[in-house]
Amino acid sequence: MAAIPGGADHAHDHDHHQPSGIMRWVTTTNHKDIGSMYLWFSFAMFLVGGVMALVIRAELFQPGLQVVDPDRFNQMTTLHGLIMVFGAIMPAFVGFANWMIPLMIGASDMAFARMNNWSFWLLPPAAILLTSSLLVPGGAAASGWTLYPPLTVQMGIGMDMAIFAVHILGISSIMGSINIVTTLLNMRAPGMTLMKMPLFCWTWLITAYLVIAVMPVLAGAVTMILTDRHFGTSFFNAAGGGDPVLYQHIFWFFGHPEVYIIAIPAFGVVSQVIPAFSRKPLFGYASMVYATSSIAILSFIVWAHHMYTVGMPVAGQLYFMFATMLIAIPTGVKVFNWVATMWRGSLSFETPMLFSIGFLFLFTLGGFSGLVLSMTAVDIQLHDSYYVVAHFHYVMVAGALFSAYAGAYYWLPKWTGHMYDEKLGKLHFWLSIVFFNMTFFVQHFLGLAGMPRRIPDYSLQFAEFNMISSIGAFGFGLSQLVFLVVVLKCIKGGEKASAKPWDGAEGLEWTVPSPAPHHTFETPPVFK
Amino acid sequence: MGLFLLSGISQAEMKLNLQEPITALGRDVYDLHLLMTIVCGVIFVAVFGVMFWSVFVHRKSAGYKAATFHESTTVEILWTIVPVFILLGMAWPATKTILAMRDTTNADITIKATGYQWKWGYDYLKGTGEGISFVSTLSTPQPQVRNEVAKGENYLLEVDNELVVPVGKKIRILTTANDVIHAWWVPALAVKQDAVPGFIRDTWFRAEKTGTYRGQCAELCGKEHGYMPIVVKIVTEEEYAAWVDGKLKAMAAAADDPNKMYLVEELTPRGEKVFAANCAACHQANGQGLPPAFPPLVGSKVVLGPQDGQIDILLNGKSGTAMAAFKHLSDTELAAVITYTRNSWGNATGEVVQPSDIKVARE
Repeated sequence: MAAIPGGADHAHDHDHHQPSGIMRWVTTTNHKDIGSMYLWFSFAMFLVGGVMALVIRAELFQPGLQVVDPDRFNQMTTLHGLIMVFGAIMPAFVGFANWMIPLMIGASDMAFARMNNWSFWLLPPAAILLTSSLLVPGGAAASGWTLYPPLTVQMGIGMDMAIFAVHILGISSIMGSINIVTTLLNMRAPGMTLMKMPLFCWTWLITAYLVIAVMPVLAGAVTMILTDRHFGTSFFNAAGGGDPVLYQHIFWFFGHPEVYIIAIPAFGVVSQVIPAFSRKPLFGYASMVYATSSIAILSFIVWAHHMYTVGMPVAGQLYFMFATMLIAIPTGVKVFNWVATMWRGSLSFETPMLFSIGFLFLFTLGGFSGLVLSMTAVDIQLHDSYYVVAHFHYVMVAGALFSAYAGAYYWLPKWTGHMYDEKLGKLHFWLSIVFFNMTFFVQHFLGLAGMPRRIPDYSLQFAEFNMISSIGAFGFGLSQLVFLVVVLKCIKGGEKASAKPWDGAEGLEWTVPSPAPHHTFETPPVFK
Repeated sequence: MGLFLLSGISQAEMKLNLQEPITALGRDVYDLHLLMTIVCGVIFVAVFGVMFWSVFVHRKSAGYKAATFHESTTVEILWTIVPVFILLGMAWPATKTILAMRDTTNADITIKATGYQWKWGYDYLKGTGEGISFVSTLSTPQPQVRNEVAKGENYLLEVDNELVVPVGKKIRILTTANDVIHAWWVPALAVKQDAVPGFIRDTWFRAEKTGTYRGQCAELCGKEHGYMPIVVKIVTEEEYAAWVDGKLKAMAAAADDPNKMYLVEELTPRGEKVFAANCAACHQANGQGLPPAFPPLVGSKVVLGPQDGQIDILLNGKSGTAMAAFKHLSDTELAAVITYTRNSWGNATGEVVQPSDIKVARE
């Protein structure tokens, strides 16, 4: 996760022109440095987005307006969504990809090392644009992260800043994905066929194709908003012959695959961790690859299940319902495979395994609420209610975030050369899972009872659950600081990690010393 | 799950399921949701029963030695096929419910619900009550929102003019919007339909019980999104007939003569009411606005400038800002509110804008 202590010295062995200090990070083309920067950046954005979530939960602690006015509240929900999706979770997994893919396939670096540098350094300006838009006249975009027009046409300059930020973030992730695809297809060690790649590499190969396919669609959609705002077009304005619902179709054609862009690398991490701590090979490797590919393909044909209430013809509603239900099948296969991997293994429960089991348990819960929502008739009741908020936080937080933590704890010894503090790691897990459920489980009930999402104030019948949820949110937020402490401690020192600190772990990344030297696999390893 | 049980026991009075439906379709939705939740719950318990068995028995610390198997074609095909049949079983009732839900034909009464930032307008288009038209706005007083006085029982779920419909009749609701997308949602009626500006969508319900049922706008529509509730009063047919009669008479009595010429003193009290219902959310009751998003009207160049400019903005809105078009207000209401802004809070033009001026500007 961090600069490897001594890593810079190592660099001097190989490259005497390597600058030091800040310029080392600005000019670096090393996949490990860039991976670390991605991970630190995403954690910083996670904290920024988290503070916004806490502003939201503080306002919702009690009925009535206490903390922010409704306009600010909407800005918070919008930026929280955009920052968590594009600033925290996506860059976190790109960070994992940068660090681990070359180590896992025995490559010396990413295929396009300079482009790799640029795709990282595009992120900070985008983050600055997004966060500083809070300070401009009119405030930040306040339309929800989905940016539905015509509401987005009403906003001030903060909206333009958000659109520009989305453009930049999109370019960054497309470049990152091109890099990953090229690396995976061309730079595998001799003997490593595609079907012998670690599953994490497979999930990223599939994800990268999804990114390349849908990020331009999002860029197109927000550009159309931009021209509707400033250049007199009427793509989404009925008075000019356009249609506001057209935007929703385009957005969700991006938005649904986006859900899997976030979830699929998380599947990959968990598929590395569970076998390692079960001391047993992954069950059904081939079916995992096929299931992941099916999920990716299905993700392109289900987008309008986010739009059951816009007034689609009934044939459309039925088609999107059936297609959505189909996703349950490959997803079920994956869950069964993970459980079968654990079955009759020799299990131990270090922090990465705990987070993986937490992932498995809660992600499945989120999957089931997703199945409930796939039923058009039920969804019409629950659409835009807190039930949906609960559902996607189970998938995004308990799914993607827990999996990212599993990966971070799993590979921290490789990154830093030290073992992390197991006691603190376990504390982090237990605090997270308890407070996570306290925050989000009760939101199912709020949605069922009829509380809409994105409201700053609510009627009295919702008061108790909102209070529980807010307390949980503050607990969850503060618990994440434990992780920061663990990482900083681990970088500073601790028990020395061996090349392969987990006895059940498999893969090329465990054949290089810990911490991984600045340059690895300058000659490709032999893969049997 | 533990938390679920805990909250279920200790907070028995809290609602843990959908609201009690009062339509046949609502009951179908309620049952479908319950069925889905139970089926998912059973599968969940089964799968994680296996996992936790493994967690407790197959532990390294208990000396359990790992097996080496890593695939089984039979099992893998089985757990791909079995879910297909479970899903087919779920799809059947789901499909039936949707088909019934989308059948909006043969309605007894048709009502158009129009979303405005931030209130609902209702027009009774067909059936008993045809011609009735009114606007329904949040009636919770501001001091309750600002925590200055105790909150009422129906805090944020109460309106000045409720939508009144008879029990047992098929009511078709057409939804549309004036500015941005809204959504018309009443949970007990199992109805939610987006209101899209420039387009008309429809939905329907047939209530089986009288009573008052409350819902909210469900699609983020800007600053006051949380403050545009929907209240539907279901009454018996006789009560409905009486309400229609009274409402139509009241509307006739309140109708304005569009050609009348008014004095400033006649228009400003009316304008103050129109302002409070339509403008004060952004421009504030004291006309100071919430700059920079919502500019002040006190000393405003538009308000103190030529009348035509202000009339134009009220009729057509101002693109690129949150200022919506208010052409749905009547000529008299617009004349009154413009006159009011030009003669209040220290704005002292002394000018009066007549309904006929608005009529001319509309053409």
